[in-house]
This record gives sequence, C-alpha cells and structure tokens, in this order.
Amino acid sequence: MRYLVILKAAQPDGPPPAELMEAIAKLGMDATNAGVMLDMGGLAPAMNSVRIAVDAGGLSVVDGPFAEAKELISYVVYDVRSKEEAVEWAGRFMRLHRDLWQGWEGEAEVSRVFGPEDFAPQG
Amino acid sequence: MTATDPYRVVEAVWRIEAAHLIAKLTRMVRDVGLAEEIAQDTLVIALEQWPKQGVPTDPGPWLMATAKHRAIDLVRRRIRYGEKLAEIGRALEIAPVDEQDAVDDALDDRVGDDLLRLIFISCHPVLSTEARTALTLRVLGGLSTEEIARAFLVAESTVGQRIVRAKRTLAAKRVPFELPPPDQLAHRLTSVLEVLYLIFNEGYSATAGQDWMRPDLCREALRLGRVLAGLMPEQAEVHGLVALMEIQSSRTWARTDGAGAAILLGDQDRARWDRLLIRRGLAALARAQEIGGILGPFVLQAEIAACHARARSTQETDWSRIAALYLVLSHVWPSPVAELNRAVAVGMAEGAAEGLRIADRVQASRALDQYPQLPAVRADLLAKLGRTAESQQEYARAAALTRNAKEREIFQAKADSCSPVD
Repeated sequence: MRYLVILKAAQPDGPPPAELMEAIAKLGMDATNAGVMLDMGGLAPAMNSVRIAVDAGGLSVVDGPFAEAKELISYVVYDVRSKEEAVEWAGRFMRLHRDLWQGWEGEAEVSRVFGPEDFAPQG
Repeated sequence: MTATDPYRVVEAVWRIEAAHLIAKLTRMVRDVGLAEEIAQDTLVIALEQWPKQGVPTDPGPWLMATAKHRAIDLVRRRIRYGEKLAEIGRALEIAPVDEQDAVDDALDDRVGDDLLRLIFISCHPVLSTEARTALTLRVLGGLSTEEIARAFLVAESTVGQRIVRAKRTLAAKRVPFELPPPDQLAHRLTSVLEVLYLIFNEGYSATAGQDWMRPDLCREALRLGRVLAGLMPEQAEVHGLVALMEIQSSRTWARTDGAGAAILLGDQDRARWDRLLIRRGLAALARAQEIGGILGPFVLQAEIAACHARARSTQETDWSRIAALYLVLSHVWPSPVAELNRAVAVGMAEGAAEGLRIADRVQASRALDQYPQLPAVRADLLAKLGRTAESQQEYARAAALTRNAKEREIFQAKADSCSPVD
C-alpha cells in the first residue's frame, strides 16, 4: 500500500540544527534500506508557490507566501503493508523534530494513495 | 480501528523490526529456529505490555533488549536446548546484556551484516525451494504462517511444517551464520535472487487459482530486493533484479480490466503504467550498468523490461534490441522460456514467419510441452500469418494447459474469436 505523507510546519528562524539533519538523513537511509521509501522531496518556501483557486467568485491565481502560519515543507511516499506502518515511519520523523529542534511545530498528514488493490473486482 | 490501535501499532513496529531482531538473535544463539522463537516470544511480550503502558519511544532497541533477556531466560530454562547451552553460553558472554548494549546495538554497523547473513541462510541451497521461500517470507518478511499459506494457496499446516523442517535442516547441516566465502558468493547470491524472483513471480503471474496477481507477494519480494540492494550495493545482478521487479510492478494497474480479466502486455493502456516505479526501475538498471561486468540474467531481463517501459506503444517498441537481448540471455542463461520470448520479439522485429520458425524449434525440443505460453505464442504468430484455424487450435491448447483461471479466459476468448488476433 502506498502512502503519501505531507509535512506542514512553522519553522523557528534560522537553519535546522545539524544534529536534526543528520538524524533525518539516517532515518531516510533506514527507510530506504528497509525498502519502504519510494520517493521524497523538500519544497521551496511558499513565497515561490502559486495557488489557483476556484470559488463562488470564479477562478483566482495568487502568488505566495500565504496567510497560514504553517507552510508545506516536504513530502514522502512510502510503500508499506499497513497504515500503522506508514504512521510509524512518519512518527519517527516527527519525534526527531520534537527532540532535536526546539520551538518547531508541525504536522504530518498520512494519506493512502489508491492502488490497484483498491479496484480489484470482488469475489 | 484507528491509527493508534495498540495491537495494530505493535504489529506494524514488529514488521519493521522483525528481520533485524531475528538476525541479531541468530548471531547470538547461532540457531535461526531458536532466534525466531525468541523473537516471537518478544512479540507476545510487546503485545501484552504496549497496549497497557504505551508504545516505547524507540521500539527497536526496546524489542532487542527484551529479546536478549528472553534469550537468556529461554536458554536457562529449556532442557531440550541443553546440548546447545555451552555454545550459547559462550555466545552470550561475548554479547553481555545491559542497557548500554541495547543502545550500542541500535548504532551497530554490523546490523546490516547480520541481516545479510540471515538472507543468505534463509535462501541456502541445502533447503528445498519451498522451504527457502517460506522461511524467507517468515523471518525476513515478518509474515505469519497463515499469510504465507494464503499467498501460496496451501494449508497453513503445510507452511508450518516447511518452516520447521527448514530450521531443522539448517541446524542438522550445521549451516554457519556467516556470509558466503568469496569463492561461493556468486552461486549463493544466485540462490537468493532466484528465491526473491520466485516469490515475485508467484504473485505476478499466479500459477494457479482465481487471481491473476497476488500483489502482497510482489510487494514483499520487491521490498526484500530493495533491502538486498542496500546491503550489497556493489552487485549488479541485485540491482538488475530490483529493476526488473520495479518495472514489472509498474504495469500492475494496466494488467487487468474493470472486471478482473487479464490484459496482456501488447494490449495494455500504457498511460496506466506507474511512472514512479518505472523511474525507480530505470534508476536501478542504471546503477547495474554503472557497476558493469559480465551481463547477468537479471540485468538482461531488466534491460528487456526497460525497452517496454520506455516505449509508448507496441509498435514503437525497439523489438530488434529486445530480440538481441534475448539472444544474449539465451547464452548466459539457456532456457526454452527465454527462447520462446525471443520468438515473440523476432516475430515483431523481422516478421511472424521468422518468429514462428524459432517457436517451432522450441516446440520440437519438447521442453515446454506443458507450458501454456508456447501454444499461445504460436497461436499469435499463426494468426498474423493468416493461418486462423491452426491459431484457434493452439489457443484452445493454451486454454487447456493453463492452471490460471483468468488466463484461461483470455486464451479461450481468442480461440473462440474468428478474426486474426494482433
């Protein structure tokens, strides 16, 4: 089963602690070596982003940055056997932030990506 | 059922940690059967404690420390392992159990080596093929006996016995928990790769039963292949196997229609191929090519799969290159199946008559008398040559030979249709 994890955060000023970056690299290596990390990427700051919205007023195109306190930071795609496994990997990632970057606040959303098994005919 | 259901959390952590745990325990007690038993006991302890006390922040080291205590307990108490006591006692002296040790283990670079040793003994040539696949899924995949039984459509007791016998054989033959010596490495690695590909294929083209694919087996084989690639990054054939499995997996979506009927490669909607897996497959193939050396069977098959992956349609496929790759493959790894596939490629590159000549030679060799793809390939080539009646006969033969229900439907439908099939 494939899961997409999207990380949103309010980062303290300044670069992330070297210790955190090291721990993140090691965790990434663990997940890769466990054969479960398919893809990942870091996102440029939201000031580079564009939002295209449709609402009652029609279609609008707005340049970043946006009003929200938390912005999109990165994504990971996991290939795992259960939701809990995806949550465990994402949880390890979040624990590193909690332990190694004071003042950091964020959230990771773990979502299932539909796969062929979701559309398998029954019976 | 929520993401915080403690039992499911334990299970998830278990699946992540089981292989490492069993690998390290095997190094300690020098017996994969005993190691697996201790690991299972540890799982039971976690299942009892975590739902009450919460999941430890760092569950891996917790499991390892608990397992080590458990190992000592078990060794002290069990008479039937009495003859091993001296040996194990020595092993435990070398690896004293304390908190610091658990921390050290978490940082231990040899972890990877232990896992690799475990892979090599699970796929050891002293074991039967069935024993190797069952043991591999059990100790490396963390699959339960029941899950393995379901995947292979056999009774749970059968799988249980295979695993028990496999462990006994390893113990009786005194198979050491070591990496193969350099002069045996190639041979032993081949055995590992074959086991993984066998598991993958069992899932990809289920040889029997109602399902065209059993995706769990494919995923597990692919995952273990990726693990192996991380452990042996210098082996081109490992990357070749991973590339092959990634690319074949990329077609999963396109291989069945809405009703579950199978769609063959030539008829698949390529827009439904999984680009992420193709990209990963091509990257793995590129790594294999960087390493270079003599082209092995898995790198060659990955090259062939990559030709399909890169092509936008059957017509735009580089069939000449595929035919040439099959010719090389037939020298590296002589096999009537590869020769039959070459017949298909030559049929596309040079015309059906040329392809049929090769297919007929395969038929004359009698090596594939029970193989449904042989009449199916001949049927396709005959149809292209306008020999409709013979073609239908061959499709009927293919339908009669296959044990896969979905495949039978395809062949039967083609046997029943009057128009030439392309």
